[in-house]
Amino acid sequence: MYTDKVMEHFLNPKNVGEIENPDGVGQVGNPRCGDIMKITIKVDDNRITDIKFKTFGCAAAIATSSMITEMAIGKTIEEALQLTNKAVAEALDGLPPVKMHCSNLAADALHAAIKDYQERVGASQ
Amino acid sequence: MKTIYLDHAATTPVHPRVLEKMLPYLKGQYGNPSSVYRLGREAKKAIEDARERVAQLLGAEPREIVFTSGGTESDNIALQGVARANRGRGKHIITSSIEHHAILHTAAALEKEGFSVTYLPVDKYGQVRIADLEAAIREDTILISIMYANNEVGTIQPIQEIGRVAREHGIIFHTDAVQAAGYVPIDVNRDNIDLLSLSGHKLYGPKGIGALYIRKGTRMAPLMGGGAQERNWRPGTENVPGIIGLGEAVALARENMEERAEGIRRLRDKLINGVLERIDHVRVNGHLEQRLPGNAHFAFEFIEGESLLLNLDLEGIAASSGSACTSGSLEPSHVLLAMGIPHEIAHGSLRLTLGEDNTEEDVERVLAVLPPIVKKLRDMSPLCRESV
Repeated sequence: MYTDKVMEHFLNPKNVGEIENPDGVGQVGNPRCGDIMKITIKVDDNRITDIKFKTFGCAAAIATSSMITEMAIGKTIEEALQLTNKAVAEALDGLPPVKMHCSNLAADALHAAIKDYQERVGASQ
Repeated sequence: MKTIYLDHAATTPVHPRVLEKMLPYLKGQYGNPSSVYRLGREAKKAIEDARERVAQLLGAEPREIVFTSGGTESDNIALQGVARANRGRGKHIITSSIEHHAILHTAAALEKEGFSVTYLPVDKYGQVRIADLEAAIREDTILISIMYANNEVGTIQPIQEIGRVAREHGIIFHTDAVQAAGYVPIDVNRDNIDLLSLSGHKLYGPKGIGALYIRKGTRMAPLMGGGAQERNWRPGTENVPGIIGLGEAVALARENMEERAEGIRRLRDKLINGVLERIDHVRVNGHLEQRLPGNAHFAFEFIEGESLLLNLDLEGIAASSGSACTSGSLEPSHVLLAMGIPHEIAHGSLRLTLGEDNTEEDVERVLAVLPPIVKKLRDMSPLCRESV
């Protein structure tokens, strides 16, 4: 039911963990529905230089989390904000229909982390 | 890699003795049991022998056994059949909140037709309380349908007491015994059961065959029209090889039932104790004593069931879960939620159901591979503060 790319990212996820003293933290989902994604980012000179994730959820949730970290790293804040859940699913060669909305939250988690970063920067200026 | 099959509640392999009995009926013995010539008569004789064997398993009479396509069809004939024939007497049905969907979805369809259905709650072990049942009975209650044992957590219901209450009130009592038949001793007279569903492929028989016990004199109507087979209850040419296979499977199940159950139970307990010793933040779901011999059901905190199943599959271990992701819906198992287990815990459930083909080595292998898989997923989980 899952593509090879999903299984590859599920079994060997990239960038698992939490950054110490991150510049932004984003968490979406809730335990009730069975998916929670937490993304931490490091930003230097308006560019995402480090990103890590922790996810509670099914294979699709873990694979999309891993994929978004690979897609976002090295991107500017503006570029990262252009990334969508749909683009993540496409980069994984697709997800089963039932997983498209419940477990495909990785871009939302990234955007939440960026929003947190922007609020922190705004507050310190 | 050797497959370690731990999903016997989903289906069982066909026993070699069952296959051997079936083969002639897939080859030369192709006669239609309704035909008058020898080939037909022989097929008829063979299905009547199988009927007698199923009757013996349940303490019933052969003419009270109807062959169907399986548990789901048996449940449908029972519920719809009783509802249709008794709607003049009453429109109230009592069932439980932890039934198989074959019952729950059929009950919901009957509600749309104007029947009223009470879904009894269960306690934290998954058992119906007799006081709740008695309180739910109304003047117009026509049917009580409570499963013999639950397919997810393996909890066995107080069937004798339920049967006694139903009989006292003159209400028809159906039980879905798909998980229990062949594993625990059933006697329809001792238990006051009027209707009972069972399935071939849960007890080492083939798929696509089941049976419905209908106590003689039970007021109900058939669902399908077509022919006089199965005394009009289930028209259509009989699934002869399937019926022969079911007959052999129930005969096998009757041989040393208690000894075989004890062997499976011992392996199951080794598995449960081993998991509890090796992994923290895990609970065992279901009743500890009133439980099917092969059922082990866990909930691992901080992780999700589908991720667990896929990792086990890579190790050659076949299991199942009640998480939303494996149910094809957005909700975790209705059984676990009815038992009061929180959503986030229900998502991390794992069902391992053992059978006769499992060995000590199988259990040891699970105990070796499961802890690192749980650790790996917990290390990845934002719900888990420290690596456990």
